[in-house]
Amino acid sequence: MASATPAAEPEKLTKKALTADHPTWCPGCGDFAVLASFYKTLEKLQIPQEKIVTIAGIGCSSRFPYFVNSHGLHFIHGRALPLASGVSLSRPDLHVFAFGGDGDGYSIGGNHLDHAARKNINLTYVIMDNFVYGLTKKQTSPTSPLGFKTKTDPTGAIDQPINPMKKLVYGGATFVARTHATQVKHMMAMFERAIKHEGFSVIEVQSECVIFYPGAFDEGNPRKGGEFTIIEEKKWDGTPEDETRHDVSDNSAAFALANEEWPGRFGVYYETDRPTKNKLEQRWIDETKSKIGDASTTDLLKKRFDAMK
Amino acid sequence: MSATATSAPKSDADDPTDSNHSSGDITDAVIRFAGNSQDGIQTIGGFLAKLAGRSAREVMTYMTIPSTISGGASIFQVHLASGEVLSSGDEADFLFAFYQHSYDAHLSSLRDGGICIYDSDHVTPDTNDKRVRHVGVPITSITVEALGGTARDRGKNILVLGLVTALFQLDRTKLVTLIEGQFKRKGDDILRNAMVAFDAGYAYQVGDLLGESFNLKTGESSGADHVTTDGNTALALGLIAGGVRFGAAYPITPWTTVMEHLRSELPKHGGLFVQTEDELAAVTMALGMAYAGHLSMTGSSGPGISLKMEALGYGTMAELPLVVVNVQRGGPSTGLPTSVEQSDLLQALYGSHGDTPRVVLAPINVEDCFHTAVEACRLAKKCSAPVFILSDQALATRIEAFPEPDFESLVVEPELALETRPEDFVPYPLEGETRHAPPGTKMAGGKYPVVTGLEHDAWGHPNGSPEMHQLMMDRRRDKISKLAEDYPACEVFGDDSGDVLLLGWGSTWGPIREATIRARDKGLSYSCLSVRYLNPLPNDLADIFDKFKHVVVIEMNDKGMYGFGQFATLLRARYANPKIVSVTKTDGLTFKIKEILQRVEDILS
Repeated sequence: MASATPAAEPEKLTKKALTADHPTWCPGCGDFAVLASFYKTLEKLQIPQEKIVTIAGIGCSSRFPYFVNSHGLHFIHGRALPLASGVSLSRPDLHVFAFGGDGDGYSIGGNHLDHAARKNINLTYVIMDNFVYGLTKKQTSPTSPLGFKTKTDPTGAIDQPINPMKKLVYGGATFVARTHATQVKHMMAMFERAIKHEGFSVIEVQSECVIFYPGAFDEGNPRKGGEFTIIEEKKWDGTPEDETRHDVSDNSAAFALANEEWPGRFGVYYETDRPTKNKLEQRWIDETKSKIGDASTTDLLKKRFDAMK
Repeated sequence: MSATATSAPKSDADDPTDSNHSSGDITDAVIRFAGNSQDGIQTIGGFLAKLAGRSAREVMTYMTIPSTISGGASIFQVHLASGEVLSSGDEADFLFAFYQHSYDAHLSSLRDGGICIYDSDHVTPDTNDKRVRHVGVPITSITVEALGGTARDRGKNILVLGLVTALFQLDRTKLVTLIEGQFKRKGDDILRNAMVAFDAGYAYQVGDLLGESFNLKTGESSGADHVTTDGNTALALGLIAGGVRFGAAYPITPWTTVMEHLRSELPKHGGLFVQTEDELAAVTMALGMAYAGHLSMTGSSGPGISLKMEALGYGTMAELPLVVVNVQRGGPSTGLPTSVEQSDLLQALYGSHGDTPRVVLAPINVEDCFHTAVEACRLAKKCSAPVFILSDQALATRIEAFPEPDFESLVVEPELALETRPEDFVPYPLEGETRHAPPGTKMAGGKYPVVTGLEHDAWGHPNGSPEMHQLMMDRRRDKISKLAEDYPACEVFGDDSGDVLLLGWGSTWGPIREATIRARDKGLSYSCLSVRYLNPLPNDLADIFDKFKHVVVIEMNDKGMYGFGQFATLLRARYANPKIVSVTKTDGLTFKIKEILQRVEDILS
């Protein structure tokens, strides 16, 4: 797993340097704000440009990699996470990001989400949830609320929608946050914490599809008369008011938050420190190598073949 | 059994009357062990195969395992010879039957005059059957007697190994060394029990009961001990030699042991093999590793390969180097998980949606599994595309002895190329090889590449124009078809011209070659050839076909709607040559020599 990157000259990473193709999204799409927040967060954190990798599956939001001037890969539907996991596990020197929507992440790729979370792969996953299939023009998504009328549910959705926060906490993600595309400051704060978290960090962004589900997230948008309630996290200061604050390491508390009535609260639902698969695999490699010492491929193969004689 | 001292069948061999017996030299023996899967009969075969590798004998084994965790009938057949071994043997010379069901099911596998040694504690033989010779040995009770109570009959496999050692006058010292090597790490008690069982078997002197024993000659020694292993092990190690350090897969029979080997071996080489949640994640993760700048691999068996097909199409479109192993089994659907078939050839060529040209190779024997893996790695890097290796269940599980590969000339050290890419960098030049800039690479021009499954231009930018789609389609096809220019020449076994060319691919090579030898011994004008490069096909095949009256393609798949197996279909489409005919079967068993000869005779008459 050698990395032969030459000593980098300190170049300042700017929003301009990160800007690539103009997004193909519809005017007013919530994803524009997600992209802008992503640029600004990277600019703030000054991650070396060549170390940034953006990976996505299929869907409107999954066009994301084309709009970021970094290494990127636009993959097939639903499989961004195992691909991003392959990049992360085999290249621990990189900052790996996966992007996608609710259909890509919770439906066709739903099983991969559980397993990437369980394995605690070191990467950051941003889910732009718009409660509808946009690219294929309004079919029911796994987060479409009951009764939502689509071209595949003309009388209204009848299947129980997924609760993303519960799925993520249950799956074993070690950083789970929820934000809103109209709340840029909050979104950036969540991105920053997710990027700094070592492990599988996921941000669910409520990002409105202005064409097929306008108004889906108005209840969380103060400018539309809604309420954007931020989770107050425990400060561990011993004060009586701290008693009622949210303990991010408590998964029962995270489930309780996830059960709150729509639109619920925003912020970090769950965060815990658990060894990543990246680290555990590297430990195995290091232990194996320390046992066998420095041996060439040929020496190792010869030894292996001798044992079969 | 080619016996230099032939022995007439003795019907009264059941009565041990005399401790003296005759001993004759033999050069070749096919021994079948029939029992249940938990009896460890594979262990007997494994030891005999290793001994062969250490005593300049050739060996090929054949086994069946039921698709259950424990229990179920199982056989292990060992073909040992002082000369070349090309198949696991049509008929057995010796049968060791552990149970009545083993006896009933496998007596017919014995040749006329063959010898059946049965466990008299479990088997009541048909003593009226004078076609074969019967010898009863109370295998279970002497094992229990030798080992004492708690072991019960566990250890009877090693006891039988002792019987075999005495019967064939095998090198006892070498076998004891092998047993010690195998059982030492399992603990002193286990080793002691194994040695007690072995000695009890050895001392039983089954040759006295039979009235003769056999001296299985050793071959001409090359000086160095041979390696004895199975196809899946050879394949896994070949991948490492070829430069694979990363990969991902999901368990499925008979592929699984390849991934088990890679999982354990790769950390020694600083690499990593991941068990994923499913087949889709496996191929996808492997593509991620390839995108990250490594030569990576995935593998599976039939059903799993079907699941990987969408992502493999991405590998073609994005031009990522990936080795894909399919250890074929009987299909369709769940099919025959532990039987052999070669019915995934056209899937390997055409299985994804859209036109996805890719390289397809097939190893012809266990040794070749290693070399084909090295070659697949080379080609995957050269053309930066998915390369299939089509192995099969028979190759995966059978053991052969072969000389150690020349590592110095074969081993390829992987490189991660992260040097800064110049301003004029293009990943997919319309003329020229694919050049990727893996993540971590600085781009001097300031613009970073996005790899995509959408049709794209030379820079990798989405572009679905009619002209670009055609240009890129040409590019992806031509870079694959060009590979055939560097292939080694096809080697025909027999004469360069004649009446009949038997043509095969994959694991049928041994039986096809043995059939050719037998036909030639009878004065027939037969030659044979196994094609290792199945896509693109070698450029010299047309000239070879021209020199024969008939080209008979032998393969283990169905004749389809139009009477031709999958490879025959491909060859007829490619060469439009009516002399190409087809012999196929799908009974889940490897070809027998006489079966090939008969079927070829039938189709040509």
